[in-house]
Amino acid sequence: MSAADLQGLYQELILDHAKTPSGTGLMESADGQSHQLNPTCGDEITLQVHLGEGDAVAHLRWEGHGCAISQASASLLSELAEGLSTAELTERIDAFRTAMQSRGKIQPSEELFGDAVALGGVSRYVARVKCAMLAWVAAEDALAQATAGR
Amino acid sequence: MSTTSTRATLPTDAEVVQWRRDFPLLATEVNGHPVAYLDSGATSQKPAAVLDAERGYYEQLNAAVHRGAHTLAAEATVLFEDARAAVAGFVGAAEDEVVWTSNATEALNLVAYAFSNASVGRGGQAAERFRLGPGDEVVVTEQEHHANLIPWQELAARTGATLRYIPVTDDGALDLEAAGTVITDRTRLVAFTHVSNVLGVVNPVQQLVARAREVGALVVLDACQSVPHLPVDFPALDVDFAAFSGHKMLAPTGIGALYGRRELLAAMPPFLTGGSMITTVTMEAAEYLPPPQRFEAGTQKVSQAIAWAAAVDYLQQIGMDRIAAHEAVLGRRLLAGLREIPGIRVLGGDIEGERVGLASFDVTGVHAHDVGQFLDDRGIAVRVGHHCAQPLHRRFGVTASTRASTYLYTTEDEVTRFLEGVAGVGEFFGVRA
Repeated sequence: MSAADLQGLYQELILDHAKTPSGTGLMESADGQSHQLNPTCGDEITLQVHLGEGDAVAHLRWEGHGCAISQASASLLSELAEGLSTAELTERIDAFRTAMQSRGKIQPSEELFGDAVALGGVSRYVARVKCAMLAWVAAEDALAQATAGR
Repeated sequence: MSTTSTRATLPTDAEVVQWRRDFPLLATEVNGHPVAYLDSGATSQKPAAVLDAERGYYEQLNAAVHRGAHTLAAEATVLFEDARAAVAGFVGAAEDEVVWTSNATEALNLVAYAFSNASVGRGGQAAERFRLGPGDEVVVTEQEHHANLIPWQELAARTGATLRYIPVTDDGALDLEAAGTVITDRTRLVAFTHVSNVLGVVNPVQQLVARAREVGALVVLDACQSVPHLPVDFPALDVDFAAFSGHKMLAPTGIGALYGRRELLAAMPPFLTGGSMITTVTMEAAEYLPPPQRFEAGTQKVSQAIAWAAAVDYLQQIGMDRIAAHEAVLGRRLLAGLREIPGIRVLGGDIEGERVGLASFDVTGVHAHDVGQFLDDRGIAVRVGHHCAQPLHRRFGVTASTRASTYLYTTEDEVTRFLEGVAGVGEFFGVRA
């Protein structure tokens, strides 16, 4: 792989989100909250789901530390989730996992993922898929708690 | 002893290039670049002589050792036991003082479980010195790999003994002053690493052994990062037990070894039990073989042991003093080069004294995974993460670091490529202009 590929992995958008992430800072209470850890590198995230009117996700909030991929992924996810229904968010988490586990064969669609398609390049780097997935796994867990509580 | 002879002749560049030809993997390319393999601290590459020894065994001699009377079984047994003598000789031990294990982690667990079994009365009177209970203390250090920490945590939990540790100072060195007070008359066992797998510094074995002897404690040495890189003689170091692994010293994965002083092994109850480690078995009980067989239940790692002997032969032909001298030069270049790059903090970089060719570092504002990815793109293989030493990383205030580690086949050119790569990390990730 060449430097061009490395820039495909670390797109400008990803580096920007890693440097100035969206959605950081936890609130005192949440409808669902999950803590996830990547044991190989010690990266961790705590993510909250806050529900709004009806079945809509009002916002995701998170705190954590890790590599550029994991930080950008959490940031992009928090932007994506806002305003989606819980079912729509679940659908996207499932689709994102499928894309990440595809070893570069499946690209996430712009229609479903917006800016988060920038993470599509990660799926070719098997060792980094866990980094990208960390926030999404936390969101899945927090969402399950939030919907169970309704 | 582990001190490097200053008279050892440094290998020339041409010699190192010659050695590299013995390692098939080093000719491969990674991401369009010749691989610069700087992860030997995790696992070493294998020379053709080792690969041939393992294959040759399967092609010409493969049979069950220590059972059966046919010619192949007898010859395989001889080779298997010759391999033990070779590996034992490499660390200054007698052949009945080396027990084969699956890896160094199992070797450390073997000692911990022997203590544990003795503590519930197994091994009888002879094993009394291994019995632990409330009031007894086991001492480790803050530098340890998880393999030399968790078995002792579990042993303490099972027996009611207390686990204590020798802290490190702010620069990462073992706090020897504190060691004097942590190791007391209550201490029954002191377990510590010879060379830290994160810092690359050689610990003062002699001083710690002396303190352990003062209080009558047994000493367990984690020698995983020393035996592959330095001349090491366990009886000369006066340790009671030592663990080391094959795959870090040119041998295959799947085999490690425990060194134990003869009279201690003879008094220890077994850890794993089953076939091949008994003399007489009834439906109620069993009697056990003397060491080392007492600790080798089940089918053994025959091809790996034979290949490990080939690895030892390869290392001895070059000379461990020359390998140590070569890696000391590389280690100094790694350290000096990293310290010149802005935004780099070398973990333990200020510790004085002997080092192997290994350095771990933190790049301000860039996670180790990203550093490793950037280097990988240039064909440079390093380790990223906590290197199975979370407490030590926590002490430095980081969760992960990037580690470069050398071996006999590492060239100065590879170290230069690595340093140039690290120098480019800050700009790529936008943390410096």
